[in-house]
Amino acid sequence: MLPIRRREKKVSQNEILRVEHLKKYFPMEKSFVEKMLTRTRHFVKAVDGVSFSVLKGEIFTLAGESGCGKTTTGKLVAKLIPPTEGKIFFDNVEITTLNHQAVRMFKRKMQIIFQDPYASFNPRMKIGDAVGHPLEIHDIAKGLEKRKKVLEILERVGITPAERFLDLYPHQMSGGQRQRAAMARALILQPKFVVADEPVSMIDVSLRTAIIDLMLNLRRDLELTYLFITHDLAIAKYISDKIAIMYLGKIVELGNKETIFSNPKHPYTQALLSAIPVPIPERIRKNNSRTNSKKNRTHRRGTFRCKHTFRLPLSHKVSIRQKSL
Amino acid sequence: MSQSLINVDALTVEYWTRRGKIRAVEDVSFSLDKAETIGIVGESGSGKSTLGLSLINLVPFPGRIIKGKIILKGKEVLKLPKDDMRNLRGKEICYVFQDPMTSLNPVKKLGDHIVELIRTHEPQITKQEALKRAKKLLKDVEIQPDRINDYPHQLSGGMRQRVMIALAIALNPSIVVADEPTTALDVIVQAKILDLLNALRDAYGMALILITHDLSIVLQRSDRIMVMYAGHIVEYAPSIEIYSNPKHPYTQGLLKSIPNIELDDQKLEAISGSPPDLLNLPKGCRFWPRCYCAFEKCKSEVPPLIKTGTEHSTRCFLYEEGRKK
Repeated sequence: MLPIRRREKKVSQNEILRVEHLKKYFPMEKSFVEKMLTRTRHFVKAVDGVSFSVLKGEIFTLAGESGCGKTTTGKLVAKLIPPTEGKIFFDNVEITTLNHQAVRMFKRKMQIIFQDPYASFNPRMKIGDAVGHPLEIHDIAKGLEKRKKVLEILERVGITPAERFLDLYPHQMSGGQRQRAAMARALILQPKFVVADEPVSMIDVSLRTAIIDLMLNLRRDLELTYLFITHDLAIAKYISDKIAIMYLGKIVELGNKETIFSNPKHPYTQALLSAIPVPIPERIRKNNSRTNSKKNRTHRRGTFRCKHTFRLPLSHKVSIRQKSL
Repeated sequence: MSQSLINVDALTVEYWTRRGKIRAVEDVSFSLDKAETIGIVGESGSGKSTLGLSLINLVPFPGRIIKGKIILKGKEVLKLPKDDMRNLRGKEICYVFQDPMTSLNPVKKLGDHIVELIRTHEPQITKQEALKRAKKLLKDVEIQPDRINDYPHQLSGGMRQRVMIALAIALNPSIVVADEPTTALDVIVQAKILDLLNALRDAYGMALILITHDLSIVLQRSDRIMVMYAGHIVEYAPSIEIYSNPKHPYTQGLLKSIPNIELDDQKLEAISGSPPDLLNLPKGCRFWPRCYCAFEKCKSEVPPLIKTGTEHSTRCFLYEEGRKK
């Protein structure tokens, strides 16, 4: 017993989040007749035994195609939905069994930014109120003090002059500004950990980089840790320290950014990497010896189909999915 | 008259809304040859979809084509009577819409979609023959022909997009306009769809117009690229030129802001500011408020499209004759 404990202590020094065998099954709808006739229940295994840990100050990326369970994992970590099985430790505290009061404290430290800045704001709430709302919910500040804090955080995320935006409604702002406001709302409670669920995928290309840079600057200034969820591996490569590639509810490959990109092991990761558009014209790439991997890449994409069927433990599912692509 | 397949000359499209006239496309000219791919890139609101739709005279209601000529194989498209226009859509120019979920009829089988299209344009063909052709088309887009009796909801997003492409190539058109054909799809499916479009282009000798917001896709896949900003062409050049020698500050900014998976330790730079409100355009060059090298003239006059190379034109005063770089 003792040695195990000691080891746990050692690991936990700068570990902020640890997820162990996390599972989330959603029951499938059955028709009335099926309900009468059968007892067996079918589940969608959105997250199926995921384990990982995130160190303080790190950007940990969950990447994968839609339907691979990356968003569900993010929601589980932020405690927006209860897990079916598994444990989540945040700051060495098991959060799945917290009582109501403790959950409130936990949510001050953990915030989430959603993908769609159009949908994540109440259209009838002014930006100033929406951003300051968490302060009221958590009884931190009211009135003038709240206003001061809202102005401060809006300036911080680059919405300037902040006074002009306080009384605007979400529809009066552009997508980039709204996503910045969403970040302000998440950061106003001074969380330690932010789950960012595809924060830039709905934003115009020319504004994406600015949002990503803002995220990186905020991490440095506010000592944040991010769980970054994305389907865009090019962005993942730019931003993250560690990457976990998910497929059908499981992590198929997990590693440092360098190892994943320079030496992907899993055939799925290889296929995913080969499918990413590279902003270089084909003719130039063909001539360039360093990137003369085009043939290699398509080859890999081609072999993905057959390799998978015997390599993956989920082979039958994969072959079905492949057929339907 | 040159030998091009299609010639677009000084096309201007306006939306007459209650709040005022919006010039979505202004003074756009280009031409396209057989088996060529042209990529149109721009952010949302840059007029790229409107431009695509105006090629088949399908600009939605408050919009109207104010000025300009579209000459397809010697015929003036915009002056055709309604019936001829209907014949032209599908037979000469075909459009693959952005959203495959909503552009198929949910109560019709796949086969019926294709048969209807073929028999509308070529009434002498019997249903049996049309069905046979439908099966071959499905095979061409890599869907098993025995799924011809499936309904759209039985297909995945990628398959639906394939059906859209099958519909587009059913009558062997000379031009296929693909408007964001892969935006709703995953990277692996995206790569497959784009490969398919390229293969079909080579097999049938169609010209392809690829409309997208993702510069990496068009850099990789097209021969020439048109960069649009707030309704203007800001740069038009072969993709190799755009990649190796971008002239317009906006194009330069875009290139610097997209992550490239094949580079290590890339430094991304954001374009400052946000896209302009089309109802409230800045005076002069539409890009100057975000431009790093704007000078006095940019703020008062609209720059013309200046030839900066044999096949390269840029809408920027920096390249005006007599001006030192």
